[in-house]
Amino acid sequence: MAYKAIVIGSSAGGLIALKTIILGLRKDFMLPIIIVQHISPHSDSFMARYFNQISPLHVKEADEREPVRSGHVYLAPPNFHLLVEEDQTLSLSVEEKVNFSRPSIDILFETASYVWGKHLIGIILTGANNDGASGLEKIARAGGLAIIQSPESAEVPIMPMSAMDHCPTALILPLNDIPDYLNKINQ
Amino acid sequence: MIQNDEHDQNKANLTQNIEIELFIEAIFRCHGYDFRNYNKAHIKRRLLFRLSALGLKSISELQHKVLHEADFFDIVLKDLSINVTEMYRDPSFYAGLRKEVVPLLKTYPFIKIWHAGCATGEEVYSFAILLKEEGLYDRAQIYATDFNPLVLETAKKGIYPINRIKEYTSNYQMAGGLNSFSDYYFARYDAVIFNQDLKKNIVFAEHNLATDSVFAEVNLIICRNVLIYFNKELQNKVIRLFTDSLTKGGFLGLGSKENLMFTEMVDQYVVIDAKEKIYKKKVSDNKYGL
Ligand SMILES: C[S@@+](CC[C@H](N)C(=O)[O-])C[C@H]1O[C@@H](n2cnc3c(N)ncnc32)[C@H](O)[C@@H]1O
Repeated sequence: MAYKAIVIGSSAGGLIALKTIILGLRKDFMLPIIIVQHISPHSDSFMARYFNQISPLHVKEADEREPVRSGHVYLAPPNFHLLVEEDQTLSLSVEEKVNFSRPSIDILFETASYVWGKHLIGIILTGANNDGASGLEKIARAGGLAIIQSPESAEVPIMPMSAMDHCPTALILPLNDIPDYLNKINQ
Repeated sequence: MIQNDEHDQNKANLTQNIEIELFIEAIFRCHGYDFRNYNKAHIKRRLLFRLSALGLKSISELQHKVLHEADFFDIVLKDLSINVTEMYRDPSFYAGLRKEVVPLLKTYPFIKIWHAGCATGEEVYSFAILLKEEGLYDRAQIYATDFNPLVLETAKKGIYPINRIKEYTSNYQMAGGLNSFSDYYFARYDAVIFNQDLKKNIVFAEHNLATDSVFAEVNLIICRNVLIYFNKELQNKVIRLFTDSLTKGGFLGLGSKENLMFTEMVDQYVVIDAKEKIYKKKVSDNKYGL
């Protein structure tokens, strides 16, 4: 398979967008998915629990030093940055916010790109800031596949538009087409 | 064309990884700081950030600087040690200590406490206030250590920017604070200065968890958001150091995403509060640890 992992960044409106994607994936979807959803630092881990209940995939909040496994979906814990290590494990950091965000999409995308290079898919979804734009650009430059939710299909189009500015070669897809696109890649 | 570009990118990435290993070796041999068992992704980000801030092209150039320029290592150490902290980070952790650990500490005539990786000291003052309110401060000896001497200077002063005090006050209340938070500091211009008497029993000292050894026998160790930067091997080594430093029945408090259960020393402890990551070193080897 050409691709080894998927990273997703989403912000305002992300809960519904992520739900559309996660529920739209085949139940034997193999590629590991790692997600940064901007979320209040004080929130608990309800999102991972919720997605895990409604999806056949294993959805969980990422633990430090956890190996990335196929068939699993990992969410960054509130108030921690999520990074990918060279040995394909996950690590956490409490360093300063990046783009006013912790977790930051840029940090996840950048470190994932170092590890998977052209075997990585990066997806930017709905949001009201510009986190993830430069990370997505890095993924594309390393030969990975950059996908952006079309601004028209986004609850808040600012993040997709900012990613399009940074990464003009990215594939623009309406939200509802993204899961099928990924399902085809997974075959 | 695009193919070549990709190829170059991936090759540059591999070269960078080699350079980072050499860089880490260089600072260990030249400055004694051992980052060899730290998570690399975060180190790489930090070094690349420094690289672009200085307008340099390769990590080898950084290595040259760190070997030949006397002051440059201070900057590198600052880059590599994430010193971000706050007062009563995770208020429920402090509430947990108050409820589950303090009652036992009260049964001792004298207690020793170690904050490992205390950064600029906010965590230390937070807990010192709690000890005061519980009537434990006067019989406590507090060690607050970090491997970065610059943050310890700030910690010793106990002066912090005033703009975060609102957040800290609400954290203090959620942590079960008994008084008015403003009793413990006075405001001056854009800073707050914590009361001198909070410092009386605190010793701030340099200590490197990766390379230094046991320096005291203590009843409670608080080490939060430090182990997340270490690989498994170093995590195990540090937990061993903690186990050797704790009295029988002594307590260990870790960060909210750190877990003793994944380390080699798990058998030596009982879980006091799984969510708040509070553990107790067993008193004896029987299966109840009592
Ligand atoms: C993110 S801060 C945590 C501060 C505080 N404990 C908290 O949770 O808010 C991590 C601290 O660990 C320190 N540190 C990192 N490696 C260390 C080592 N090997 N020995 C001692 N301190 C270390 C850093 O200098 C930094 O101040």
